[in-house]
Amino acid sequence: MEIMAWNLDADKPIYAQLMEIIQMQIVSGKYQAGGRLPSVRELAAEASVNPNTMQKALAELERNGLINTQRTSGRTVTEDNEKIRLTRAALADEYISNFFRMMKELGYTEKEIVTLVEQVLKEGV
Amino acid sequence: MEALAEIRGLTKEFGNHLAVNNMNLIIPRGKIIGLLGPNGSGKSTLIKMMNGLLTPTAGTVLINGQEPGVATKERVAYLPERTYLQNGMKVCDIVDFFCDFYADFDRERAFTMLGSLGVPFTAPLKTLSKGTKEKVQLILVMSRRADLYILDEPIAGVDPAARDYILRTIITNYNENSSILLSTHLITDIENILDEVILIRQGMVLAHMSVDQIREEYGQSVDSYFRRVFAC
Repeated sequence: MEIMAWNLDADKPIYAQLMEIIQMQIVSGKYQAGGRLPSVRELAAEASVNPNTMQKALAELERNGLINTQRTSGRTVTEDNEKIRLTRAALADEYISNFFRMMKELGYTEKEIVTLVEQVLKEGV
Repeated sequence: MEALAEIRGLTKEFGNHLAVNNMNLIIPRGKIIGLLGPNGSGKSTLIKMMNGLLTPTAGTVLINGQEPGVATKERVAYLPERTYLQNGMKVCDIVDFFCDFYADFDRERAFTMLGSLGVPFTAPLKTLSKGTKEKVQLILVMSRRADLYILDEPIAGVDPAARDYILRTIITNYNENSSILLSTHLITDIENILDEVILIRQGMVLAHMSVDQIREEYGQSVDSYFRRVFAC
């Protein structure tokens, strides 16, 4: 599974999922700092979602300062690398806490989880 | 800006059966709206009244401020649940027919879409499969530059790949002044392209809300919500 594909879950708001995917695309360098983003319509078609929903996701990201709207040339990714680094750290925190939550649901303690992770790393991922 | 369509106190009785019961709806501009409801809930009756094919028992439908008639038909592109095209006509002749009939018809767009979906231009309609006929009909409707597209079960008989193409076409073609109202049972397939859904039951509006509103409030997809609300 491509990590940046537009795979959307059925039970969460669509715009929030779009926000996360675009954040991931920026963090992973698909869209570089200061680089241009495709138009709302192009992104909506790519993700097979309603353009208004994509618009809402982009507006939220703009509010967070991760992307900017240029009057003439559409939307660009922020040039602030610190902002991108913080976004990356926030996503990492979220994924790790999700991972711990699921492992705990399987009945593992935190210590056991860490041991398991180390074991997997030793064997090579 | 005024609403694209306004429905007030709309009622339709067939004998002593109330198919549509005092319905009130506002269809704004620039939205893709799903009209959802179980069989016999009044979806097609509502759609037919919006297109002037049925006369309301009471209440009004206004499209661009006008009652359904010649003027509104110029601005509404309607895909009925049953075909009305001549079976003996060739696809390209039907395109020309539409081009003559509707001032807002975009011939080039029609041929581009027919080409992308691999529909043979010179084949008589009767030689095409059921699904391909449905594609032709939907392409004809979507090739108009209308204000309101009303699609009654547009994708039911179409294969999943063509369905994706058609949905993408809907997303890329519609503009912010026009709206699409589509009735369907295939909610999962179209949920992501909808702004709003209108749920109707027994001729009445049960809910009119945005897709993300349903997901936020109920923590489930519109499809699961529908299955829960209309559980048999």
